[in-house]
Amino acid sequence: MDKFRFQRSQLCIPYGLFLVCFVLAPLIVIIYYAFTNGEGQFSLENLVGFFSSSNTIGTLAYSLGIAVATTCSCLMLAYPIAYILARSDMKHKSVVLMIFVMPMWINFTLRITALKEILTMVEGNLAYHPFFNTLIGMTYDFLPFMILPIYTTLLKLDGSLLEAAADLGADTVRIFLKVTLPLSVPGIISGIVMVFLPSMTNYVVLDMLYNSTYIMGSLIGAYFSAYDWHNGSMIALILLVIILVFTLFTNRYADQDAGSSRGGVLG
Amino acid sequence: MAKTGNSAALAVFGTFAAWYVCSGTVCAGEEPVTLRVCNWEEYIDLGEWDEDEVITLDNGVVIYGERPLYEEFEDWYRETYGREVRVEYSCFGTNEDLYNQLNMGDTYDLVCPSEYMIMKLIAEDKLLPYSDGFYDMNDTNNFYINNVSPFIQKTLEDNEIGGERWSTYAAGYMWGITGILYNPELVTEEEASTWEIFGNPKFNRQITLKDNVRDSYFAALGILKADVLTDEDFIQSTDYHDRLTDLMNDVSPETIGQAQELLDDLMDNVYSLETDSGKADMITGKIVANYQWSGDAVYAMDQADEDDFELKFAVPRESTNLWFDGWVMLKSGIDDSEDKQHAAEAFVNFLSRTDNAVRNMYYIGYTSSIAGNKEDNTIYEYIDWCYGAGGEDEDIMEYPLGYFFSGDNSDEDYILQSTGSQMGRQLYSQYPPQDVMDRTAVMRYFDTDANKAINQMWINVRCFDIADVPTGVWMALLAGLLVLVWLGYGRSKRR
Repeated sequence: MDKFRFQRSQLCIPYGLFLVCFVLAPLIVIIYYAFTNGEGQFSLENLVGFFSSSNTIGTLAYSLGIAVATTCSCLMLAYPIAYILARSDMKHKSVVLMIFVMPMWINFTLRITALKEILTMVEGNLAYHPFFNTLIGMTYDFLPFMILPIYTTLLKLDGSLLEAAADLGADTVRIFLKVTLPLSVPGIISGIVMVFLPSMTNYVVLDMLYNSTYIMGSLIGAYFSAYDWHNGSMIALILLVIILVFTLFTNRYADQDAGSSRGGVLG
Repeated sequence: MAKTGNSAALAVFGTFAAWYVCSGTVCAGEEPVTLRVCNWEEYIDLGEWDEDEVITLDNGVVIYGERPLYEEFEDWYRETYGREVRVEYSCFGTNEDLYNQLNMGDTYDLVCPSEYMIMKLIAEDKLLPYSDGFYDMNDTNNFYINNVSPFIQKTLEDNEIGGERWSTYAAGYMWGITGILYNPELVTEEEASTWEIFGNPKFNRQITLKDNVRDSYFAALGILKADVLTDEDFIQSTDYHDRLTDLMNDVSPETIGQAQELLDDLMDNVYSLETDSGKADMITGKIVANYQWSGDAVYAMDQADEDDFELKFAVPRESTNLWFDGWVMLKSGIDDSEDKQHAAEAFVNFLSRTDNAVRNMYYIGYTSSIAGNKEDNTIYEYIDWCYGAGGEDEDIMEYPLGYFFSGDNSDEDYILQSTGSQMGRQLYSQYPPQDVMDRTAVMRYFDTDANKAINQMWINVRCFDIADVPTGVWMALLAGLLVLVWLGYGRSKRR
């Protein structure tokens, strides 16, 4: 037997196996089921069915609505916090940041259960505002994921650019709009990606806050428990395509924007 | 370098192999049978009771749970039959999950689904019938056939699918009915004793439905067919029970359509749909009534009693769903192995021993299908221990339980002395009186098309219909889109 030669590329083998077993293989199974019917024949029935039913389209719209609303409210809450934390001369910045991130250390079902009780105390009966409650629950759940990337980007921001802008006569509002905001776009984008995608499918929050309307995740589950793998897989696939398009779009936008804003500041 | 590595690996492998051989076949002298059991979660006594939980019954039997029942079974099997068995115990979440697991290649020998799933499995020829020896009443180790309630066994024998009796394939484990758990301070018994409570505007957003299609559909049928179901002539008719079962299993397209409309309306009146949170929400007062299974109702009432808060259980006057879970053997798992089948049947018998049935009832809170017999009245003594009254107690009532224990409700041996306050409470939920049992209907399994139709109906009820979006929202969305486009346009022009 030859001496065993260790090559760096061999380190890839476990990752390759992982990708094949847990990414590629399930994907192929999903695609197979999505485009076949009960008899195992190729069929576009599931695809046509999804887009011709006002219920499934409604579910897609409802999921998107929750995801967009959650992302917006997270962004609006997180940006000021991240900005204040990053720009202030506070001595114990990291402690304050930790307080905002700390909820992430606690199991999220526990947090939502507590939130349920608090909301009941405030609203009386949760059943009247299911969408609003879901929005609060999701925002609570995902806020740290929005704060952290924005905070990191703002922290790295070169202070001399702000001073230069001030020297050249820009007031505070202009500096923020023309320098700080454009330079923090990459942080905002990664925050959006981290909040938008999971909030489209996280139906546990809905369940726990008594929102009985299906979103995409629960609809897939409903088809699976009715032994209908085909429609369930099609919805999973559609969700996958939406996420793919969204990711491509945000990536492109992030690149473009980083480039153009740099030019804007210098030019 | 490589050589030492290889020999080290060999040494490790060798030790492992030796250990495996020793612990497995060679040292034990005989190959142990492996029994793969799959049961509902939290559906068997796991032992480890506290010292003060010991139950001493009037007939002298002492009940104490030391270890999980499936572990104690291994010892009992060795002592009784002189053979080794190893139980691999696992759990499933819903009947549908179990079915999907079986279809995806998981193999089990003995599983415990609900009646409709048992029907489906029988229809698909996946089950193995119990052996004749299992029904031999002269064998004192055949606890199941000697102890099963005549009421349960009759139900299993009366129901058929494709000409096959359920009793051929299934041994009853737990059973119960469905009804309404309510807060007597805010809801009257009259209001709670009908499925129409879910549409009652008085309890707007204060009552929960069940988050599964079968239970919700049953309630919808109860409302849709209320006029017939409560008609005296119908109730007095000779074939009442058959007609009742047919009505509560109506899956014609028109009925499913009506049920969808009705459930759509009910969704606007109920607090939410739940499977588990309802019990806690009753106790914390978020809701005043909820759709509940009898066993969970007992659990919720027990919990509420600890907080000095009274909850009651009512059974709708229209009809109620008689359900049960039963042990069935799978062909795919047993695979013609007589040893396995023997172990599986022994497992069912072991669980059907009266003291083990009591342990399960105490731990799970549901009602066992086991009743005992004239010689072994442990189950009856346990009910007496739980709910019995006498001596200085006031408000004594006689509560006949003969229908369950001997098949004759006037049987003098099974008339429990309890207090009147038990009506609508734990005893009433755990062992409903005869008049409630008269209006029970078993909900069958629906064929593929009907099953698809009611599942689609349920998805339609649960989905957000895009047609419901008010015009204002569309306008706002359009405006928002225009602003975005305008912003983007303005940006590119500036460049």
